[in-house]
Amino acid sequence: MNQEIIVAILATAITAGTPILYAALGEVLAERAGILNLGVEGIMLVGAVSGFILALHTANPWTGLAVAMLAGGLMALIHALLTVTLKANQVVSGLALTMFGTGLSGYLGKAYVGKPLPVPFKVTPIPVLSDIPVIGPVFFQHDPLVYLSYILVPALWFFVFRTRAGLHLRAVGENPAAADSMGINVFFIRYIYVIIGGMLAGIGGAYLSLHYVPSWMENMTAGRGWIAVALVIFATWNPANALWGAYFFGGLDALGFRLQTLNVMISPYFLKMLPYIFTIVVLILVTKRNITNHIGAPQALGLPYDREER
Amino acid sequence: MTKPYLIELKNITKRFPGVIANDKVNFNVKQGEIHVLLGENGSGKSTLMSVLAGLYRPDEGEIIVRGTQMVFRSPGDAISAGVGMVHQHFKLIDSFSVAENVILGDHNVAPVLNMKDIENNLAQLSQRYGLHIDPSARVWQLSVGEKQRVEIVKMLYRGSRVLILDEPTAVLTPQETAELFKNLREMARSGRGVVVITHKMQEVMEIADRVTVLRKGKAVATLEKKQINRRDLAWLMVGQDVVRQYKKKSPPGEHKVLELQGVHCMNDLGRPCLQNVTFTVHSGEIFGIAGVAGNGQRELAEVVSGLRPVTGGSIYIKGNEITGGSPRRIIDHGVALVPEDRLGTGLVPNLGAVDNLILKDYRTGKLQRGPFLNLRQARENTKNLVNRFEIKLSSLDAPVKLLSGGNLQRLLLAREITAEPHLLVAVYPVRGLDIKATEAIHNLLLQQREKGMAILLISEDLDEIFKLSDRIGVLCNGQITGIIPAEMTDIEEVGLLMMGSDQAGEIAL
Repeated sequence: MNQEIIVAILATAITAGTPILYAALGEVLAERAGILNLGVEGIMLVGAVSGFILALHTANPWTGLAVAMLAGGLMALIHALLTVTLKANQVVSGLALTMFGTGLSGYLGKAYVGKPLPVPFKVTPIPVLSDIPVIGPVFFQHDPLVYLSYILVPALWFFVFRTRAGLHLRAVGENPAAADSMGINVFFIRYIYVIIGGMLAGIGGAYLSLHYVPSWMENMTAGRGWIAVALVIFATWNPANALWGAYFFGGLDALGFRLQTLNVMISPYFLKMLPYIFTIVVLILVTKRNITNHIGAPQALGLPYDREER
Repeated sequence: MTKPYLIELKNITKRFPGVIANDKVNFNVKQGEIHVLLGENGSGKSTLMSVLAGLYRPDEGEIIVRGTQMVFRSPGDAISAGVGMVHQHFKLIDSFSVAENVILGDHNVAPVLNMKDIENNLAQLSQRYGLHIDPSARVWQLSVGEKQRVEIVKMLYRGSRVLILDEPTAVLTPQETAELFKNLREMARSGRGVVVITHKMQEVMEIADRVTVLRKGKAVATLEKKQINRRDLAWLMVGQDVVRQYKKKSPPGEHKVLELQGVHCMNDLGRPCLQNVTFTVHSGEIFGIAGVAGNGQRELAEVVSGLRPVTGGSIYIKGNEITGGSPRRIIDHGVALVPEDRLGTGLVPNLGAVDNLILKDYRTGKLQRGPFLNLRQARENTKNLVNRFEIKLSSLDAPVKLLSGGNLQRLLLAREITAEPHLLVAVYPVRGLDIKATEAIHNLLLQQREKGMAILLISEDLDEIFKLSDRIGVLCNGQITGIIPAEMTDIEEVGLLMMGSDQAGEIAL
């Protein structure tokens, strides 16, 4: 393979990884607050369809994006209501949310299937930086949402690990009783981060329908929401690690796509399967590593908090 | 001159489904005093303090802080009003550093954290009160005593004028307790009010300036230091005279029931835990294991009952080697276990009394009817046991998790004792029980001793060990640091052995 193809694959790895990255960042926040949200897949779908419809009608991808965030936040609010206030089982609630999101998006998007979007997010190379050989085309010839994610990742890392609010977030996920006894509002914090998580998943979904494809197809996330959930474990609940993980999976996606166009004699179905296989393999390896290095999930992940429980 | 009240609770009532935990309780704290809140377990001490700390909201009553009435909606409100609580189960985040735990919830800290500065400030604050802690250490690395100091520093850092400690000595050695009391006295002298919640009369005698006694949710008396004496306190606490003397009728038997020879094992983290543990328990003998929690007690009980693999040495029951045997084989050799964790390991929380009682009998044939269980017989047996052991049940089938601690323990003992074992391993058998339930359980254990059962008693309560044991073995860092006949030693000596002290060891060995 020559350099051009490698550069093209790497650049595609980033675009293919970006929706997963957004969703995973959102899930990192929710899980850091102690709430497991398995509804990511469903939220992404609702984000994708609502973003697409609004972008199409307003002829502006930014309105689409805003609506996708709003829809994602609302979906996540359902999850927060069920798991934080009503203390329902988080796994069941998340799964239900995914099923609901799949159905709802299919219903809403029925009339829009296959319609092209005349106003997608456009590739806007960054002046100067995009002219650097190799690095320029790989990193700096993308759409605005990719650039936004470049800023978001270090910003979230700094927020989670270096600020007072981040400390409170982590405390709520580790030991809500301790956080509560120190005057931190556990319920408020859990609501906020579950909702922000849903908004980020909404962006991830909208990225698919507003740039990556850009069109609406039923079930177009094709399991990316689940990969994002797995990615959070791989990333050890650290936003910075989520970046590498997302690009790795994006790369597998891109590789499969490219190899097909190069007429490599591998079944396209096998190549399409790669990201999912790797998800399982990576989960096994990473879980082993986390156990031996005592890196764990937030201690209270998945557990409802009840102050007056005796 | 009367000092002003830092805080006053007036007519506090708090109800939980089915119980009134606090019934019109009055309680106050003066500046510069140590006020002990004394009561049995379940008398409502912790509930009252949780109301004061903003964890529970009272159904009725007023909280008055330095003259102004306040409503605490959350612990945050209480902390801002200058009330800080050190809970019995520490509210610390293990993966955080000491400093991170201390600044948690403090909105005066800069939004972007500068941990170096914060750590330096904390080091100064803790030194001022003689509380030695390393602000950059991770909490999971700390000992229990150190964690408690972190909790205290946390409250001082938040400017608490009233410091509440819930059963602070439960997890400490006698020496650590003395150190803690010194610190508390220092804090009172600096103008704070200190509340110590306890059920140990000894502590009242040692540190109280005033004491308020709670019984069944009501404050029955508040006494000044000079009015305090043990007999009155006991009477106030229980509402009746307690005879805390046990008569042992017969001397222990001669037959060796349990023998451990140079036993080694690993802890949960795969590090060496028990090391070269050797002792013998005879028939009709209670062998008490004393030690600070976490020095191998749990592992010892698990090794004897077959729940934990032995990495060296041998264990014999009545001369038969059972080293490495499965729990079932060990049960068949006549070993019964009353585990530390009654509701997790001992009983099945969601099953009723009948089902829990047949957990061991189901395979012996006693309850067999063809290929099925004779449930009618099982119910009949359960009724008999419930009567014999005075277990209070709402129904035979209600989930046992709804029972109080004392009734749970009676149920568990009923099952284990009726199996007529040669050896009973009892781990913290009265932890969390009130005085009456404790008496009942102790009497049951002594009855079994009279009948010739060998009992291995593991407890962190030295009073209990001394009261019941014929001989005492002290466990420290997984090693037996001394074995002494109970009547030939005192709490001081055992306390020193618990710390692994050499001077005491000489006397003992």
